[in-house]
Amino acid sequence: MAQFFAMGGYARFVWPAYGVAVIVLVGLLAHSVIGYRRAQRALDAEERR
Amino acid sequence: MQRFANPARFMRLSAALLPWCSVAAAVLIAIGLFGALFVAPPDYQQGEAVKIMYVHVPSAWLASLVYAVMAVASAVALIWRHPLAHIAAESAAPIGAGFTFVCLASGSLWGEPMWGTWWVWDARLTSVLVLFFLYLGFIALANAFDDRTRGSRAAAILAIVGVVNLPIIKFSVDWWNTLHQKASVFRMGGPTIAGSMLWPLLVMAAGFLFLFAVLLMLRMRTALLRAKLRALRFGT
Amino acid sequence: MSGFAALLTRDLRLAFRHGGDVANVVAFFALAVILFPFGVGPDPDLLARIAAGVLWVTALLAALLSLERLFDADFQDGSLEALSLMPVPLEIQVLAKCVAHWLTTGLPLTIIAPLLALVLHFDAAGYPALVAALLLGTPVLSLIGAIGAALTLGARRAGVLLSLLVLPLYIPVLIFGVAASEAAALGLESRPHLLLLAALLAGSLALAPWAAAAALRQALE
Repeated sequence: MAQFFAMGGYARFVWPAYGVAVIVLVGLLAHSVIGYRRAQRALDAEERR
Repeated sequence: MQRFANPARFMRLSAALLPWCSVAAAVLIAIGLFGALFVAPPDYQQGEAVKIMYVHVPSAWLASLVYAVMAVASAVALIWRHPLAHIAAESAAPIGAGFTFVCLASGSLWGEPMWGTWWVWDARLTSVLVLFFLYLGFIALANAFDDRTRGSRAAAILAIVGVVNLPIIKFSVDWWNTLHQKASVFRMGGPTIAGSMLWPLLVMAAGFLFLFAVLLMLRMRTALLRAKLRALRFGT
Repeated sequence: MSGFAALLTRDLRLAFRHGGDVANVVAFFALAVILFPFGVGPDPDLLARIAAGVLWVTALLAALLSLERLFDADFQDGSLEALSLMPVPLEIQVLAKCVAHWLTTGLPLTIIAPLLALVLHFDAAGYPALVAALLLGTPVLSLIGAIGAALTLGARRAGVLLSLLVLPLYIPVLIFGVAASEAAALGLESRPHLLLLAALLAGSLALAPWAAAAALRQALE
């Protein structure tokens, strides 16, 4: 297990690389979903008026 | 309301496609990550550092692909005045910028242990950095005008002008002796990379592609909902 | 052809009436370059090493200074609209504007660059290549800059936006320009880099007037 996380000594490069990818892509996804839900709610509210 | 006739078709299509694309993206990325981290062998020269490739290369491919989509959408928008085309281009831009950033960051993290430097001004890296600035410029330009349509059209022109960068990104490693390695997948004569490394790479790339589709559809749907909201509020 | 000449004369006359512009650009270039010995120290070897880069970057920034106003005055007072209705194609008009811009920025910069290169202890062997590279590269700066100026007409914070758009596109010119100058200074072949600059010039001559004209038409709608 420890060997896996150590990545042959390159851990401090490999994991941040995967980390950046996760943060950016999940962040984009979250931003897109939140924006979508917000727009949906606003439109529903406006249509009900 | 017949202005929304086409958008309505898109809304129906995307509503049907989104669940499938989301599942495809999740499954492919999961398999790809598993393959990359647990199955694929370490490299003869690079050891475990090669694992960065499974994030760096797919994001690089998507960075260019999304720009191509953005440029085509921009051309369609300017030539045929299709309102959905501007929305497609502007929805794609932040996604492309994201992939390009991941490509640059992961590349830098890969370069330090392998080349001994976080950055080098060779043709491949420089042209990808230019790509990143083109994305940022596109987004800034689209939002820089009080008249939104003018912003969209100006940004569309920029997108088309920037297309010259794509062949430079692709062929720069062939035209110049760069530090960045030459193509080992998309080349005449087929891939030179080992099969055990190729399949997780392709699976990750496919996963990223479906992720792009999901993000694009979500953002386009959001833009269309907002347009409808504006029409209701201000009675256009 | 006479339409082109008439436009060119008009633009040049306007540029020189606001005489300030040429002097501004030249003064900025000279002052910025002269600041470097004060900033990095007078060591001749250090200055010689960074000379090509310093000259190119400051030339670039100097060219950028006057780009904002390329189409702005005509846009604001309505003459751009009138000009667009002329029988001369908008692309040719853009070309005339670029030539006028180059004659009032790029060319003066190229002329005084050798003098400033002296200040930076630039190797004498590099002078011909430096001038050749600037002669090829500065028109490209005007052409690409015209695209940016046309795209940002009437935008909020047009100045910052213009820099954001144009500087990334300037990077290849900068790289090859410096490479050509430095290669010659080191006694190496500068021709490959100069040829690439020439290719950039040919490419932007073909692309820029079309793109800028398209952008101007958007601005006028």
